[in-house]
Amino acid sequence: MTNPGSGTVYTETVVYSPPEAYVNDVPYQLAIIELENGRRLTGRIDGERAQIGDHVSFVEFRKDVAFFRKNA
Amino acid sequence: MRPVAVVGIGKTAFGAFADRDLRSLAVEAGQKALEDAHAKTSQVEAFYLGNFAGPSFVGQNHLAPYVAAGMGIVGIPATRFEAACASSGAAFFHAVSAVAAGLYDVVLVSGVEKMTSQSTPKVTEILAGAGDLCGEVRAGATFPALFAMIARRHMYQYGTTREQMAAVAVKNHSNGAKNPLAHMRKVITMEQALAGKPIAEPLTVYDCSLISDGAAAVLIAPLERASEFTDKPVRVLGIAQASDNVALDEKEDITTFRAVKLSAEKAYKMAGLQPSDIQFAEVHDCFTIAEIIATEDLGFVEKGQGGPYALAGKTCLKGELPVNTSGGLKAKGHPVGATGVGQICDVAQQIRGDAGERQVTRNKLGLAQNLGGSGATSVVTILGAA
Repeated sequence: MTNPGSGTVYTETVVYSPPEAYVNDVPYQLAIIELENGRRLTGRIDGERAQIGDHVSFVEFRKDVAFFRKNA
Repeated sequence: MRPVAVVGIGKTAFGAFADRDLRSLAVEAGQKALEDAHAKTSQVEAFYLGNFAGPSFVGQNHLAPYVAAGMGIVGIPATRFEAACASSGAAFFHAVSAVAAGLYDVVLVSGVEKMTSQSTPKVTEILAGAGDLCGEVRAGATFPALFAMIARRHMYQYGTTREQMAAVAVKNHSNGAKNPLAHMRKVITMEQALAGKPIAEPLTVYDCSLISDGAAAVLIAPLERASEFTDKPVRVLGIAQASDNVALDEKEDITTFRAVKLSAEKAYKMAGLQPSDIQFAEVHDCFTIAEIIATEDLGFVEKGQGGPYALAGKTCLKGELPVNTSGGLKAKGHPVGATGVGQICDVAQQIRGDAGERQVTRNKLGLAQNLGGSGATSVVTILGAA
């Protein structure tokens, strides 16, 4: 999988009621990231909570899920 | 194309019924619709069944002939339609199309779901199967999460507030409390709605529809034969189905549902009506934000004005445009496969003047809007007194 790079938070939520596969992850922040190439990608936000319009950078893939972190 | 009428309606109560299986619910609704139309099983020429996830919820497949045979109906075409939460809306659209085209005269259309035999995380996972498993769902999206992200964006672009969303919940609970077949007959206050347990921010438990068991059915026939079955036929004035991308991150603007707008435009055109002609509506409030967006996409208000419209009480039972007089998915319950046909029953009941303490006075033209997934399927139906 290719590194999606950095982008901007298009929308986000924090999930408290998980699907069975993620019962141990809650609460977790899910977001749609608008990438620099204009495409959108649904991924997770690690660390500090991000809001719409915040700039985020790709951290790593975990089980094929893209994790991002809010830029300092 | 010839005009089509709803000549019989039948619903089970919606709720959590540990002692009921999927087939018994569907059979009960189907038999009620036939009784309501004074019709015999031998008159039914085809059976269309909407069901989202019977195979996942209860393990049963091959559902349409299974349910039909449970009513003593064999030999006719019996087919299941799956379109997520718009499954029975899609079944109804295709059934009406077949009768309009002259393929059949008398058709039974049902919807059913049996959801409460699974744990909430399991139900959440099964429902998420209506999203993109290779993208958003793998990342951890649930349906509440997808609609939470829609809500966040709507709040960001249009200034929609938590209070406006809560107003939808308060109103639908108030209506549901008056509906003897509703899952949750409990009035809630604005304070309660705002202080609900978080499910996916900004949505709380009071923004989310219920996990329910239930079934609904309608018997349809050509309008010219309606008087054989009922003295209160309800005419299908306009109906359309449309589709869109399944994944939320593939939609250009997530604050509107393109499939709803497309299906609404076509249904209005078929009926020769404008949004302002509609007197009341049952819309797909799987989440409170979805009702707000529905009132915008259906053309009842300008884009971004759905929230203020709800908070101002315009969609209440005595408002200028009553929305979800049944209690909606929020309070009536949301057995997903039953919801589309359930809405047709609810609109027809109002047009027939049989809605009891929920009866609206301007009841001649009603609209039903059934949404699948995060908007990948939409069915819009306009019904009127025949």
